[in-house]
Amino acid sequence: MTKKQKKVLIRIIISAILVAIFSLLRIENKYVKLALFLIPYLVIGYDILKKAGFGIVNGQVFDENFLMALATVGAIILGEYVEGTAVMLFYQIGELFQSYAVGKSRRNISALMDIRPDYANIERDGQLEQVDPDDVEVGTVIVVQPGEKVPIDGVIADGSSTLNTSALTGESLPREVHEGDEVISGCVNLTGLLRIETTKEFGDSTVSKILDLVENSSMKKSRSENFITRFAKYYTPAVCIGALALALLPPVVNLIMGNPANWQQWVIRALTTLVISCPCALVISIPLSFFGGIGGASSKGVLVKGSNYLEALSETKYVVCDKTGTLTKGVFEVTHIEAAQGVTEDELLEMAAYAESYSNHPISKSLKEAYGKQLETARVSDVEEVSGHGVSAVIDGRKVAAGNVKFMKMLDIPYEVPQKTGTEVHVAIDGNYAGYILISDIVKPNAKAAIAGLKAAGVRQVIMLTGDAKNVAEAVAAELGVDVVKSELLPADKVAEVERLLAAKGDKERLAFVGDGINDAPVLSRADIGIAMGALGSDAAIEAADIVLMDDDPSKISTAMNISRKTLGIVHQNIVFALAVKFACLGLGAIGFVNMWWAIFADVGVMIIAVLNATRTLKSS
Amino acid sequence: MKKTYKIEVDCAACAAKMEEAANKTAGVREATVAFMPQKMKVEFEEGADETAVMAEVLKNCKKVESDCEIFV
Repeated sequence: MTKKQKKVLIRIIISAILVAIFSLLRIENKYVKLALFLIPYLVIGYDILKKAGFGIVNGQVFDENFLMALATVGAIILGEYVEGTAVMLFYQIGELFQSYAVGKSRRNISALMDIRPDYANIERDGQLEQVDPDDVEVGTVIVVQPGEKVPIDGVIADGSSTLNTSALTGESLPREVHEGDEVISGCVNLTGLLRIETTKEFGDSTVSKILDLVENSSMKKSRSENFITRFAKYYTPAVCIGALALALLPPVVNLIMGNPANWQQWVIRALTTLVISCPCALVISIPLSFFGGIGGASSKGVLVKGSNYLEALSETKYVVCDKTGTLTKGVFEVTHIEAAQGVTEDELLEMAAYAESYSNHPISKSLKEAYGKQLETARVSDVEEVSGHGVSAVIDGRKVAAGNVKFMKMLDIPYEVPQKTGTEVHVAIDGNYAGYILISDIVKPNAKAAIAGLKAAGVRQVIMLTGDAKNVAEAVAAELGVDVVKSELLPADKVAEVERLLAAKGDKERLAFVGDGINDAPVLSRADIGIAMGALGSDAAIEAADIVLMDDDPSKISTAMNISRKTLGIVHQNIVFALAVKFACLGLGAIGFVNMWWAIFADVGVMIIAVLNATRTLKSS
Repeated sequence: MKKTYKIEVDCAACAAKMEEAANKTAGVREATVAFMPQKMKVEFEEGADETAVMAEVLKNCKKVESDCEIFV
């Protein structure tokens, strides 16, 4: 509890004890009773009265403070001392609870996002010195001990260790890092001492960017939040005027009709409606729900840049995906080896790797990687590259040719047509066909589950856009269960395609685009919701996106959609529940069926229930 | 010119009032108040004196919500 909250708690206790004692005394004299009850009333309510007075002076007449001051002063004037004091007491208990619960959720969420490093270690004359990460220049070597957070992005200059990246990615499996590896700030060093040469300033480091994103996320308000703000603006004055009418009109009508006016009864009813109608339950629980939802998502490695995006996510019906880097790893690997008769797979791979050994093309790299052994360059001679076709070389005295179909045709060697798709490398040894190797961009392990998850979360159509060749794109699409695939697109075609889909979709349907590259930035900002891959993605893509997946796992999209659904569900529950209870009590109160105690429940009780319900968003599974 | 300030305010409705008051202040193009992280983001008009504008924003906010605070 903060100091402010403790002070209120003490006032509540003192006032409650005094009310209890004075109620037991059974004082008959009206004036003595008034004088006694004014003590607990003022103890608990002086600040509300002050604020109400201050509000009137500054033209803020109809607010909560005014409601409470009017209701309680009214009750006391009518001789309802206990009720008047009790209303103020319960109002303060409610406010205290609210501020405590909200403060607690705020701290929980902040703790979840507590990745801000407080210091960086610099070695000076053999001694470690702690400095402000803001003061560390690019290129400085910092020391990160086991148990400490990596404060600034950089490259490991010395040492190896395992890193816990869960605060950034939601991934619980630690990552191994060695000398020369890039590390991002916000990870926790688990085992070994690391010396890191910084490559960025603190302000540009991953951790600062993420904190900035999350802290600013509440600035972009959802429609529900805007609705409630507008609602409260008209609602409170309307309720005050309604209560005034309820206090004045029936007695006046009674007088005109020649009946007794019954002032006291109608004024009490009016005061009761004032207490019931306090809008705090809604005003507090809705932003709290969104804050919790965004916090819950970030603990799963999904950064949502605003409540409005979290809201829109629940209405997503179309998901457009980029292929490379989003559904696939964006890294080429040997996926299939088909050796001709008389040749072993190992031999085929060995020959291909040696033939391509002088090239730095991604294809040759993946061949060398698949071969895995150190290449002895002395075994290779007479390397000759035929541009756009392939390479021929003499390896161990044998003439080897490796290349595409065109190369085989050129050399007039009969070849086999592969059944699977991918980039083909055909190999011939001494003029005889030796087989082929398929190289392709491999699909992310959970890409298929990701698409299935999207469908289960209510997405109508998953569309894949790619610049890749048609047969490759269609093979990937069929494997993953993508509905529509558009291949061989230029970056501009992607924008046009998304524009077309945006125009075709319904009003209440949202379209999300998932991508990672620099050239995806225009599409990311054009789509209703832009989702970027955070680890692989370019800075431009992350900047343009509304949601960032920290660990590049496409299945997190459906996780985020479920969190969004849950949050929106809770928001709607709270709106309906609070309004239903309030309107029911208002209706009953106006005709005299609800007394002040029920009114207190309708105000404070409903608010407490709504806040507790809102805190559920944080615990999203 | 945009700047973010830390604020202290007790309820979401009060935060909304502060936002309105800040937006009405001369020199402010757009102000957003977020209750949850307790922050106010202010976009100033071209050539406005930040310190003077923020003093005025605080004054206007105090009028609508007496116990709010902005840490400039």
